[in-house]
Amino acid sequence: MAGESNGAGVFGSSIRRREDPELITGRAKYTDDLQLPNTAYCTILRSDYAHAKINSIDASEAEALDGVIAVYTASDIADSGVPGGIPVGWLLPDMKIPEHFMLAKDTTRYVGDGVAIVVAEDQYTAHDALDLIYVDYDPRDGIADPKKATESGAPLVHDEAPNNIAFDWEIGDKEMTDAAFANAAHVASLDIVNNRLIPNAMEPRAALADYNNITGELTLYMTTQNPHIHRLLMSLASLGLPEHKIRVIAPEVGGGFGSKIHHYADEAIAAWASMQTGRPVKWTATRTETYLTDAHGRDHVTHAEMAMDENGRFTGLRVDTYAAMGAYLSTFAPAVPTYLYGTLMSGEYDLPAIYCHVYGVFTHTVPVDAYRGAGRPEATFVVERIVDEAARVSGIDPAEIRRRNFVAPDNFPYQTQVALAYDSGNYEGALDKALAEIGYDDFRSEQAAAREQGKYLGIGLSTYIEACGLAPSAVVGSLGAQAGQWESAVVRVHATGKVTVYSGCSGHGQGHETTFAQIVASALGVPYEDIDVIEGDSGVMPHGWGTYGSRSAATGGSAIASAAEKVVDKARTIAAHLLEAAEEDLEFENGNFFVKGSPDQTQSLPDVALQAYLAHNLPKGIEPALEATSFYDPENFVFPFGTHIAVVEVCADTGHVELQRYLAVDDVGNVINPMIVDGQVHGGIAQGVGQSLYETAVYDEGANLLSGTMLDYAVPKAHFLPSFETDRTVTPCPHNPLGVKGVGEAGTIASPAAVVNAVVDALSPFGVAHIDMPVTSEKVWNAINN
Amino acid sequence: MYPSKFDYHRPSSVQEAVQILSSNPDAKILAGGHSLIPVMKLRLAAPAALVDIGRIDALQGISRSNGSLRIGACVTYHEIANSADVQAAAPALAEAAGQIGDRQVRYRGTIGGNLSHADPASDLPAAALALGATLHVTGPGGSRSVSASDFFVDLMMTALQPDEILTGVEVPVAQSGTGSAYVKWEHPASGYALCGAAAVVTRGASGSCTGASLCFNGVSSTAVAATAVAASLVGSDLSDATIESAVGDLSIPDATGDMFASAGYRQELAKVMGARALSTARDRA
Amino acid sequence: MGISIELEVNGASVSKEVEPRLLLAHLLREELGLTGTKIGCDTSQCGSCTILLDGQAVKSCTVLAVQADGGEITTIEGLANGEYHPVQQAFWDNHGLQCGFCTPGMIISCVDLLGTNPQPSEDEIRHGLEGNLCRCTGYHNIVRAVQDAAETMNG
Repeated sequence: MAGESNGAGVFGSSIRRREDPELITGRAKYTDDLQLPNTAYCTILRSDYAHAKINSIDASEAEALDGVIAVYTASDIADSGVPGGIPVGWLLPDMKIPEHFMLAKDTTRYVGDGVAIVVAEDQYTAHDALDLIYVDYDPRDGIADPKKATESGAPLVHDEAPNNIAFDWEIGDKEMTDAAFANAAHVASLDIVNNRLIPNAMEPRAALADYNNITGELTLYMTTQNPHIHRLLMSLASLGLPEHKIRVIAPEVGGGFGSKIHHYADEAIAAWASMQTGRPVKWTATRTETYLTDAHGRDHVTHAEMAMDENGRFTGLRVDTYAAMGAYLSTFAPAVPTYLYGTLMSGEYDLPAIYCHVYGVFTHTVPVDAYRGAGRPEATFVVERIVDEAARVSGIDPAEIRRRNFVAPDNFPYQTQVALAYDSGNYEGALDKALAEIGYDDFRSEQAAAREQGKYLGIGLSTYIEACGLAPSAVVGSLGAQAGQWESAVVRVHATGKVTVYSGCSGHGQGHETTFAQIVASALGVPYEDIDVIEGDSGVMPHGWGTYGSRSAATGGSAIASAAEKVVDKARTIAAHLLEAAEEDLEFENGNFFVKGSPDQTQSLPDVALQAYLAHNLPKGIEPALEATSFYDPENFVFPFGTHIAVVEVCADTGHVELQRYLAVDDVGNVINPMIVDGQVHGGIAQGVGQSLYETAVYDEGANLLSGTMLDYAVPKAHFLPSFETDRTVTPCPHNPLGVKGVGEAGTIASPAAVVNAVVDALSPFGVAHIDMPVTSEKVWNAINN
Repeated sequence: MYPSKFDYHRPSSVQEAVQILSSNPDAKILAGGHSLIPVMKLRLAAPAALVDIGRIDALQGISRSNGSLRIGACVTYHEIANSADVQAAAPALAEAAGQIGDRQVRYRGTIGGNLSHADPASDLPAAALALGATLHVTGPGGSRSVSASDFFVDLMMTALQPDEILTGVEVPVAQSGTGSAYVKWEHPASGYALCGAAAVVTRGASGSCTGASLCFNGVSSTAVAATAVAASLVGSDLSDATIESAVGDLSIPDATGDMFASAGYRQELAKVMGARALSTARDRA
Repeated sequence: MGISIELEVNGASVSKEVEPRLLLAHLLREELGLTGTKIGCDTSQCGSCTILLDGQAVKSCTVLAVQADGGEITTIEGLANGEYHPVQQAFWDNHGLQCGFCTPGMIISCVDLLGTNPQPSEDEIRHGLEGNLCRCTGYHNIVRAVQDAAETMNG
């Protein structure tokens, strides 16, 4: 296909993905597709109770079943001498950190909590045996609502956390914000529930563990977004094996959306079972099991208020949130409703006073952790809903009130009241483009005419900003991360000029093999086809931190660009030597070095590479071979932004919301592959629309998961969604070598507010101020009729 | 995802199937399997034996005779939805079958399995009820016929005895002046009906209504007929206003709700779906 | 109790003795090594396991292997020989996939859809795919791919 091989111009073009041929033919191998000789199969018995004491476990019938190799309980893990822990990787001051083990020891704390392990010769037998394990439970009361869980008398998840409060966190200036409210001309106020979500990556989590009890080496194939983090935590907290004896491999991974970042018990159990049996052990979650074990997302209860002056200028924002943590603190859970949430409260606005207070709350539910957007969708929903409510109470058009309050294009860098320093932006530019493309002014007259005929149309804006590519590591560490957030890359030019790139990122659908090769093709001027990209194997590439938080282009891509630059620098030295010229006199274009003004005498990169490997004639002090490694630690977050607009029609008879149009104008900086960027936006929008109209994880009063299967939890289907309209503005990131930002989460961050704002706008004739997500037809019908 | 063990029988005749059922009290009939296998995978059902009737010729095929359509129990939703005979004779049934599940499900799921399973949220029961279908059943003592109105007893309970097999469904062919329709409001996850409405109306020479039937599934524990609403339409002009006013009085006893749609909301949906089904049926009459 | 079944899978004859409870999806993946067919749920919703059985798209997780006895099966691996099927090609050209996990089932469903409706409208495409869930693409480019494939196949 045209454009797929012309080296330097390849950055910025919509090349078809090189990942796809294997995927469309069924050749690609995901974890559960892998077969090792002599594999045993592992299943996990899970608590049916949200909260119960375990009196005893009788596994004798299961053990006697033909084909069962072993049944294990928590005491077996403890007796084996491994640490057996599941740690939290983000620490906040005074946070309660309850012990968390691979299996529940004497108390189960959510439906799905692991109680026993079966290892059997095949999957069917492994599942049969689960029915033959008898657990004597002493059920206790459970609680799932994060706000009610803090009330006195609520059942305690952990005795050491009074009122179930894991942490009490705040950001901003309370006094200054209170003063703004005391002097406000108008105040907008909303109670908001951010509904709990189940990630639903299409590939359920799985692990295939192969422990070699002769060498003491563990090879662990697993569904991971970050093999090195899993290796680290498996070593330190769960298995106690030396880190260098563990190799974590991410084969093809079928989506993650955050759910495959976290360090769960299940993959550690498969590895431990392999250590016990000396056989490869495979564990594959059923979908229903993923609902009980994958960390859920969101689950906030919030009160938000905006203070304004008489001209609709925002003077203060006050936010109070109860954020569910679930039964235990998952890997990065404490960061999500704090540093990924409170810090976003300024939105795109010049807000002089902000105060955000968050309780992290234990509940008898599966843990809550990062899910696509992680904190930023929750923050954006609060900000963009309260801004619309501010427009409503002040009688100012929603587009106009935003315009009045935006951080102006000449006001960057802009220091918010909640720690972040926005490096660049042009918010009005994206808004204007979006309003023009949707035909905002015409829509308002169409809407008025439709209302005359009993048709309720609505339009909703979401002018969002997000912070992604968390960085630099020292800042992230000062906020509590027990991880760095730099990224690694190796660019290795072989003797023939072909290139292999290793990245510490770990893609699972994003198309890194394509886009990272595009970066290198442009940087080195070599044909795109001559570059391979390898990710996802802790035994092969330097330590990396993986793929999540829209970080791969900004951190991983920058690391690759930086390594490629080092390669070019070294090659330049060698080329100068070969051309008998001074380095500073050399030009490098389209993969060729030449002396300025003498383009006919060249040393191509492959020429230089061959000489570098032969090492017969290298300049003094230059080592053989041609490769470079970079560990790139960005100097700041990146700040994508944009305007999303939803247009809906509400059926007054049924309450049905039809999403008629959805337009996204995003600014993600420079774009490596427009087709892939659009695809990321589409998918992100679909997940945000899913949250706003369909999806919700529901626990009953006793903390039983009612939405326990895919029959109950509505992952959007094709006919729920329209085709999306996408466009961009380009404000390059000023601090990374590629000028790129991030795009993986933008759609999910922006869209819930756009859709709900549109529904509320459609219902304005009925005086509706807010509807909680998911905006089901019943809720809309009630809003119209009650 | 892993059913429990069971014995498997594949009889070649209805008689043989009935015999196996009679001697295996814990056996279940397997037709398309699209109601049964999902619950077996979740181990919500663990029959000791399955009697696979999918290859019995007598249970296949759609035929038309003497003013009625006979549909074999193992005829799939896909076949029903795409049958010109069914579309002409009983549009409500074709529409209901065409809205069950998804393409893949419709290729495998069967009318006999659906009606025998009697899931209140599935689509066929209301259509069968509204159309006045007759269900043919064979057991150890021979064959009998049961009207749809007697067949659906309660939540997933039918008039079938454990050793009886539903062999076919007979639906009257719509006479001139009769129209029918099925309209559905679906659960966004499962695709089952939160409320499905099947309507049949007949208009006399003057255009006024001489007969009406309106039935629902998804709203209560079994498919139900809204007899009062239907009766109130007989003799009327079937105008939109008349229909609107008739369904305004609709109340379905023992409506059930779940986390996605409350009982009260389903009642409201029933009014809207009922009116839509009636007006479409009227337009076809 | 093993039951003997005979199938034609991607053009090759297969004889197997299977437990009655073995799902067709497991037969394909575990016994025949055809792991292109995926299993993404346990309630017959997601469609990742869709294959062609006697020319019709079915969810192989909801069919017992014994029910398929005597049948002809086409999985993603057998959809095309050497060349890509026009639907595969269109998925590639239109970025109709990201993580790829739903893709084999999605492509098989699209082949079935275009077999029964060679020129579907966007609405018909979206409804035609209601038995296949994708979490990555928002379906936008899948719809484009089906439209593109339809054009090629009607060529």
